[in-house]
Amino acid sequence: MSANFLDRFRAVLLAILLAACFAVPALAGPFEDAVAKFANDDFSDTDEAIGAVATSGNPLAFPIISALQDGRLSADPDTKQVFVTGADGKIIDAATGAAVDKLPDNAAAVRLNNRLRRAVEAALGGLTLLSPDPAKRIAAAQSVFKSHDENALPVIDGALAKETNKAVKAAFAEARAAILLYKSDATELEKLEAVAVIKARGDQEALALLTGLGSDVPPNVARIAASAIASIQSDLQMWSMVQNAWYGLSLGSVLLLAAIGLAITFGVMGVINMAHGEMVMIGAYTTFVVQEVIRTRYPDLFDYSLLIAVPLAFLVAGAIGVLIERGIIRFLYGRPLETLLATWGLSLVLQQAVRTMFGPTNREVGNPSWMSGAFELGQITITYNRLWILCFTLAVFVILLAMLRYTALGLEMRAVTQNRRMAASMGIATSRVDALTFGLGSGIAGIAGVALSQIDNVSPNLGQSYIIDSFMVVVFGGVGNLWGTLVGAFTLGIANKFLEPVAGAVLGKIAILVLIILFIQKRPRGLFALKGRAVEA
Amino acid sequence: MLTKLTHDIATLSRRHWLAATAGLVLGLAAFSNAKAQETIKVGVLHSLSGTMAISETTLKDTILFLIDEQNKKGGVMGKKLEAVVVDPASNWPLFAEKARELITKDKVSVVFGCWTSVSRKSVLPVFKELNSILFYPVQYEGEESERNVFYTGAAPNQQAIPAVDYLMKDEKVKRWVLAGTDYVYPRTTNKILEAYLKSKGVKQEDIMINYTPFGHSDWQTIVADIKKFGSAGKKTAVVSTINGDANVPFYKELGNQGIKATDIPVVAFSVGEEELAGIDTKPLLGHLAAWNYFQSIKSPENEKFIKAWQAYTKNPKRVTNDPMEAHVIGFDMWVKAVEKVKSTDPDKVIDALPGIEAKNLTGGTSKMLPNHHITKPVFIGEIKANGQFDVVWKTPGLVAGDAWSKELEGSKDLIGDWVGKKCGNYNTKTNKCGGQGS
Repeated sequence: MSANFLDRFRAVLLAILLAACFAVPALAGPFEDAVAKFANDDFSDTDEAIGAVATSGNPLAFPIISALQDGRLSADPDTKQVFVTGADGKIIDAATGAAVDKLPDNAAAVRLNNRLRRAVEAALGGLTLLSPDPAKRIAAAQSVFKSHDENALPVIDGALAKETNKAVKAAFAEARAAILLYKSDATELEKLEAVAVIKARGDQEALALLTGLGSDVPPNVARIAASAIASIQSDLQMWSMVQNAWYGLSLGSVLLLAAIGLAITFGVMGVINMAHGEMVMIGAYTTFVVQEVIRTRYPDLFDYSLLIAVPLAFLVAGAIGVLIERGIIRFLYGRPLETLLATWGLSLVLQQAVRTMFGPTNREVGNPSWMSGAFELGQITITYNRLWILCFTLAVFVILLAMLRYTALGLEMRAVTQNRRMAASMGIATSRVDALTFGLGSGIAGIAGVALSQIDNVSPNLGQSYIIDSFMVVVFGGVGNLWGTLVGAFTLGIANKFLEPVAGAVLGKIAILVLIILFIQKRPRGLFALKGRAVEA
Repeated sequence: MLTKLTHDIATLSRRHWLAATAGLVLGLAAFSNAKAQETIKVGVLHSLSGTMAISETTLKDTILFLIDEQNKKGGVMGKKLEAVVVDPASNWPLFAEKARELITKDKVSVVFGCWTSVSRKSVLPVFKELNSILFYPVQYEGEESERNVFYTGAAPNQQAIPAVDYLMKDEKVKRWVLAGTDYVYPRTTNKILEAYLKSKGVKQEDIMINYTPFGHSDWQTIVADIKKFGSAGKKTAVVSTINGDANVPFYKELGNQGIKATDIPVVAFSVGEEELAGIDTKPLLGHLAAWNYFQSIKSPENEKFIKAWQAYTKNPKRVTNDPMEAHVIGFDMWVKAVEKVKSTDPDKVIDALPGIEAKNLTGGTSKMLPNHHITKPVFIGEIKANGQFDVVWKTPGLVAGDAWSKELEGSKDLIGDWVGKKCGNYNTKTNKCGGQGS
C-alpha cells in the first residue's frame, strides 16, 4: 500500500520535473513567447506572433504559419498552449514540437482577419521560396512581389543564384525588383533596373506597384517609372479591347443558349411561348436534383454531374414541353394573343410549383473542378466556366443544325413549317411533328438551364430574367432562321460589352433596346429575313 | 415517373382535402372560441411569392414564431395573439391594397411587414390615413420618419458609415468602389457615403460608383473594372449595396477572376446568413458584411433564440439573420408598449413606444427613440468557410439611429421627434416643422 503510494508520488514528481524542464525554456525563448501570443485571441498580438515566428528560423515556423492559414492552428486561452493539427490529423505542441494526444476541450482555432491573412501570405511566401515544388516557388515569389517585404531579400538573392528553372527564375527576378524598388537604401541604378524588370512584366499588379511608388525616390527613377506606367497603361488599353471582345462572345454564348430553344418554338413554329424561361429553370433544377443525389450517394462522381444532368434536363424539359403542346398550345394555333396569355399564365404556375416544391430560396449548384478558376491569356483573365459554356453552346448549335438538316424528323419539321397542308397531304402526321418540335425546343431550353445553373442563381425566378433577352435575340436575328439567332446573339453580346464600360450596365442595356427598336423599324424581319412563300404561310 | 407524379398529385389533393376540412373545423372552433375569448390580431405583410419571397418568407415565419412564444406565455393583457398573414406577392401596389385589407377588414392592431423601400413607401399613405402601426425590420436608406412607422432595422449611420470607418482605419483603404443595384436604397446610401468619404478627404478620382439592374448576372466587365480600379497602387475596397439575388453571380465572378478578400475586400450591406445559404462560400473567405446581428454572436439570449427557432421550424440547420432580430426587438417593444398603456389603441401605443426598451439578441438593450428608430450595436463580420460570420470589429456601445443623414446637405438640419415636437422632419435651424429632405 505504502510502496504503491510512494511509486505514484515518484511518478507525479517526475512528471512535474519533466513539465518544468519543458516549461522553463518555453517561457525563456523568444520563439516560444511569440507562439504563446497566438493564444491571446487579439488581432494585433497574432500579427506580432506571425512576424516573430516567420523570422525566427525555427523549423516549426512553416508548419505553424501554414496551419494558421488553413485554420488548423488552435490555442487554449487558459494555459496559453498552442497546437498544430497536421493535415494528417496528428497534433503537436506548437512551441515544442512534442506530439499531443488530443486537443484540450476549450481549445479554439486562432482567428484571422484580412490584414492578418495578408501577413500570413507574405510570411509563407518568405518560407516557401526554397520549396522543392516549382509551382510553389512561383507562388511564393508572387506573394513576395505583392508584399515587397525587405526581409525576404537575402533569401531571394540566395534562391535566385541557385535557381535553374527559367519560369521560377523570372518570378524571383520580378520579386527582387519589387523589393529593391521600395527599399529606401537601394542605389539609383538598382532602382532603375528594377523599374525595367517590372515594366517587362506589364500587368495590372506591375502597374499597381509602379503607381504606388511614393515621391521620395530619385527624380530619375520617378521619370522612368512614369514612362513605364504610361507604356503599361497603353498596353493594357489594347488588351482591354480584346477583353471586351471576349466578354462579348461569352455573353453572346449565354444569350444564344437561352434563345436557341425559343428559335425553334417561336422562330420555326411561330408560337409565342412565354413559358420558355421556365423550361430553362426546370433544366437548372434538374441539375440541382442530380447534384443532390450525387452528393449523398456517389460523391466521387461530382465532376461528372453536369454530363449526367444534360440528357436528363433535356428529357424532363422536353417531356413537359410535349405535355404543354398537347394540353394547351395545340388548341390555340393561329391565335397568338391567346397563346401569349396562356403560356404566360403557365409560366407563373410553373414558378409557383417549383417554389412550393423546392422552397423560395436559392439552391446551391456547385461548379465541378474543371469549371472553376481561370487562366491568364496575355493580360486578360479567362474563366473556365465561361469558356466551357461557349464551347457547349456552339456544340448544341451544331448538333441542332445537323439534326434539322440530316434527320427524318428534321426534314418533317421543315416541311410542316414551310407548308403545313402540303406536308399533311404527303402523309406527314403534322400534329405529331408539332408536339415533337415543341418538345425539342423545350428540351434545348432545359439543356440551357444546366449551363446557366453554373453562372446564375438557381431560383424560381431564373427563367424570367432570360425570357426578354431570348425574344430580343430571336426577333433581331430574324424569325425562323437559326443562323440569324447565332449572329444576333453574338452581335448583341459584343455590342453590350463594348457599351457597358462606357455607359454603365443600366444605360448599356437601355441603349441596346433602343438600337434594336430602331433596327426593327428599318428591317421588320430581322437580320436574316426568310424570303419566299414560306413567309406568307 | 409520370404515373408517380399523378399519384402524388392525387394523394396530395386527398391530403389537402383532409387538411382543408380539418382546417375548417378548427377554424369554426377557433371562431366560436374567439367569440368567447377575444384575441388581438397581428398583421403580417411579407411577400410569400415573387422575387422577394426569398427573403421575406423567413420574416413571416419569425412573426408566427414570436406570436406562438408569446401565446405560450399567456398572450398580451390576458388575450391570445392571432396572426393574420397576407401575401402581397412582391407587387408594390398590392402591398397598399393588402395593408388596407389588414387594417379595415381584419382590424389588426399592428402590422409587421415590408422589405424593400418601395413597398414601404407604397403602404405609408394607407397607414397614415387609417392610423395604424407598421414595424419595418430592414436596414434602409433613412431620410424618413413617420408617425405610424417604427424602424427597427439599421439607418445608414448604423451600418454603412461604421463599415466605412472600419475599412478606413483597420484596412487602411484609400480607394473606394461603391457598387449597388439601381434603386432607391443603394442610390441614397451611396450618396451619403460619397459625401462622408469626401468629408474625410477622399478625392473624387478615388471613388468609383457603379449601378447594375436588378438580378444582374453577367459581372465580367464590372469585376474586371474593379480589378483595374484596384491596381492604382492604393488599397481598394468595394462597398456593396448589391441586392439579394445578383450577389451570387457577383461573388462567383470575384472568386473565378481570383480577387481575394486580402487584395480587394468587399463589404456588403445586404448579404447575410440567409443569402449565403445558397452559395459555396469557400472563395468568399474574408469578405465582409456589416450588420447589427450575426448568428455566430455568442450571448445567452442568442443561443436560446436560435435553439427555439430551430425547434419551431423543425430544421436544425435553419439560419437566423439581422432582419429577424429586428422583428424580435420590434415585437417585444410592441408587446411592452401595449401592456404599459393597457390598450391596443394605435394613438396610445404610438405615444407609449418611444422610450420602451427591449433586449436585443447580442447582449445589449435597444431603446425606441423619439424619431421612431432604435439604438443598435454595429458589427463587422468576415465570411467564414461554413457560411457564417466571424465578428472582427464592433462599435463600443449602441449607436442611435438617425432618421435624417448628417452627411447630406438637404437633411443635415432635420430631426425626427414624435415626443416633444410631434414632427418627423423638424428643421433645427429654422425651428419649423416640414423641412425638406433630399
